[in-house]
Amino acid sequence: MLSSLRSLLGIGAMALATVAASSSIALAEKAKIGISIPAATHGWTGGLNYHTKRTVDALRKAYPDLEFVITTADSATKQVNDIEDLVAVQKINALVVLPFESDPLTEPVKEAKKQGVFVTTVDRGLSEEGIEDLYVGGNNPEYGRIAAEYFKTKLKGKGKVVVMRGIPTAIDNIRIDAFKKALDGTGVQVLDMQYANWNPDKGFEVMQDYLQRFPQIDGVWAGDDDAALGAIEAINQAGRDKGMIVLGGSGMNKVIKRIMDGDKLIDADIFYPPTLIIPAIGATAMKFATGAPVSGRWVLGSPLITKENAEQYYFPESPY
Amino acid sequence: MSDTIAVPSKLPATSGRYRISDHLTSFGPLIALAALLLIGGLINESFLSSANISNVLTRSALIGIIAIGTTFVITAGGLDLSVGAMSALVAGLMIMFMNAVAPTLGAGSLTVLAGILFALLLGTMAGLVNGLLITRWRIEAFIVTLGTMGIFRSLLTYLSNGGAISLESGLRSTARPIYYGTLFGIAYPIIALAILAIIGEFVLWRTRFGRHCAAIGSNAAVARYSAINVSRVRIATYILQGLCVAVATLIYVPRLGAATPSTGVLWELEAIAAVIIGGTVLSGGYGRIWGTIVGVLILGLIQNILNLTSWFSPHLNGSIQGAIIILAVLMQKGRAAR
Repeated sequence: MLSSLRSLLGIGAMALATVAASSSIALAEKAKIGISIPAATHGWTGGLNYHTKRTVDALRKAYPDLEFVITTADSATKQVNDIEDLVAVQKINALVVLPFESDPLTEPVKEAKKQGVFVTTVDRGLSEEGIEDLYVGGNNPEYGRIAAEYFKTKLKGKGKVVVMRGIPTAIDNIRIDAFKKALDGTGVQVLDMQYANWNPDKGFEVMQDYLQRFPQIDGVWAGDDDAALGAIEAINQAGRDKGMIVLGGSGMNKVIKRIMDGDKLIDADIFYPPTLIIPAIGATAMKFATGAPVSGRWVLGSPLITKENAEQYYFPESPY
Repeated sequence: MSDTIAVPSKLPATSGRYRISDHLTSFGPLIALAALLLIGGLINESFLSSANISNVLTRSALIGIIAIGTTFVITAGGLDLSVGAMSALVAGLMIMFMNAVAPTLGAGSLTVLAGILFALLLGTMAGLVNGLLITRWRIEAFIVTLGTMGIFRSLLTYLSNGGAISLESGLRSTARPIYYGTLFGIAYPIIALAILAIIGEFVLWRTRFGRHCAAIGSNAAVARYSAINVSRVRIATYILQGLCVAVATLIYVPRLGAATPSTGVLWELEAIAAVIIGGTVLSGGYGRIWGTIVGVLILGLIQNILNLTSWFSPHLNGSIQGAIIILAVLMQKGRAAR
C-alpha cells in the first residue's frame, strides 16, 4: 500500500516535472533580468546609466513579460553585494553585469552562474574563463592601436606626443600597451605618460605641466574625451594651439559635436561609448523573449570617428 | 600680542633649554616649502619660470581659499568634511541658475554677477546647515559633515545625471576672465587668495571673533564660562567655511565651464592636510592662516614637481605625496603635548 502510494507520488512528480520542462521549451518566457552597473560617478558611467535606463524602458514596453531590476554601485564591494541580493532576494533569471573590476567580481558571478542564472558580462571580462554565457565588449587593444595609427598618419610618422593615462585599471593598461606597441619603431616619440584618470580637472593640470616641461609637443592623447576637454583649455590658455593635435576617445557627445563642426584642435574620436550596454541588455532580453541563441562573444569594433561618420554617433541628450 | 590662550612654540617647551626643534615647529612649513622650491628648480629649469609658478599658484588658490575657512573651523575645534561635495553642488546649481537667468538678463556680466551672488548665498546656507546641525542638535561635527558630504554629492550627481552641467558658451566667454584674467600680470585667483589670506589672518589674530575661535577650540567649557557665545561662534565658523567654498567655486567654474560628479572630490582632505601642514593644531586652539597658505603651496608644488619629472612611476605619485605630508607634520612634533 505504502509502496504503491509512493510510486503514485513518483509518477505525479514526474508528470509535473515534464509539464514544467515543456513550458520552459516554449519560446516566450517570463523572466527577471538583473542589471548591475557602476554608478554615474563620471562622464562615461553617466552615459552608461542613461542608456541603460533608456533601453530598459523601451524593452519593458515591448516585452511586458520581462521584468528588469537595475542596480548601480560606486565600488566593487557594493557591486558584489548588489549581485548577491539580485540572485538571492530578487531571484533573477539572467544577469547583465559590467564588472567594476574583474577580480573581485569573479566569485559572486560564478555563484550566480551556479544558481542557474544566465550571465552576460559587458565591457570587462572576469578573471576566469568560461563563466559568462555572453560577453559584449569593446575592443580595448584596438582602441590603443587606432589612437597610435591616428597620430602616425596625422604626424606623417614623425613627431612628439604626450599621453594621459586613465584610472589605473586593467583596461587602461591594455590600451596603453597596444598604443606603445603600435608606435614601436616609428618616428613618433612618446615624451611622457602621466595619470589624468579620465578626468577634466586632472587633464587640465597635467596638460599645463606638460606644456611647461616640453617646449615642443606635436600631439596629445588624452585617453578619453573628458580629459581631452580639460587638456584643450590648458592648451588654449598657454596659446599653444597652433599645430597641436588632440585626441580623446569614447565618443562623448560634446566632442562629437566639435568634430561635426570642424573644430581645429580635435577632429577625430575613437568609438567606445557607453552605448555598448544596449546590445548587451537587448541580446539577453531576446534570449527570453524570442528564444534567440545569444551565447558567445560579441566584440564591437572601435572605429575612428571623423567628420564623415560623426553624425551616426551623436546622442545630444545623453549626459556623456 | 599677549595671547594667553594658545602659545606658539617659539618659547621652549621645557625647562628653558634651547631646542632647535621648537624653531622647526614654527618655521617647519617654510623650510619644507623652500626645500621643495629648491628641488623643483634643480629638477627642471622651467619649474621656476613665471608661467609655471603662476599656474601652480592659480591652481592652489582654489584649495587655498577653502583652506582659509577650514583654518577657522579647525581652530574652533570643529571639522568640515563636506567642502568638496559642497563645492560641486554650488558649482552645479550656480551654472544651472546662470543658464536659466541668461535669457532674461543676457549673456553678459549682469548674469555672471547674479551667479556669483547666488553662489555666495548657497555657500552661506550650506554652512548654516552644517553649523546648526552641529551646535543646535549637538551632533558630532565629523558625522554631520560626513552626512552632508554624501547628500551634497549625490544631489549633484542626480541633477547632472552623471554627466556634466555646462555653462552656455556665451556665459563662458563672459566668465572666463575670472579664472584666466590677470591684473599687472598676476592672475585674479592669486590676488583673491592673497587678499582673503591677509583678511583671514587679521580676523583670526586681531579680532575678538578670531580669539574666541581659538578659545573655544582650546577649551570650550572655559570659553563658555568666560561668557563667549560658543554656539554662535561655531555656527559662524561653518558659515565662513561655506562662504570660502562659494568663493573658490565661483573662481573654479570658469576654468572648465562645467561641474561634474568628480568635481571637488577629495578637496576636503587636501584643505585639511594643508591646514595641518601649516601648523594649525587639528584638535583646535591654535591656528595660523599664513601656515595654511604655505601648506597649500607645498601640496600644489609636490603635484607639480611629480608631473614635471618621470623619475618615479606615476603609480607612486600618491605615496610620495603622503610621505611628504607625514614628513611635514613630523617636523612639528616638538610642539608642546596637548
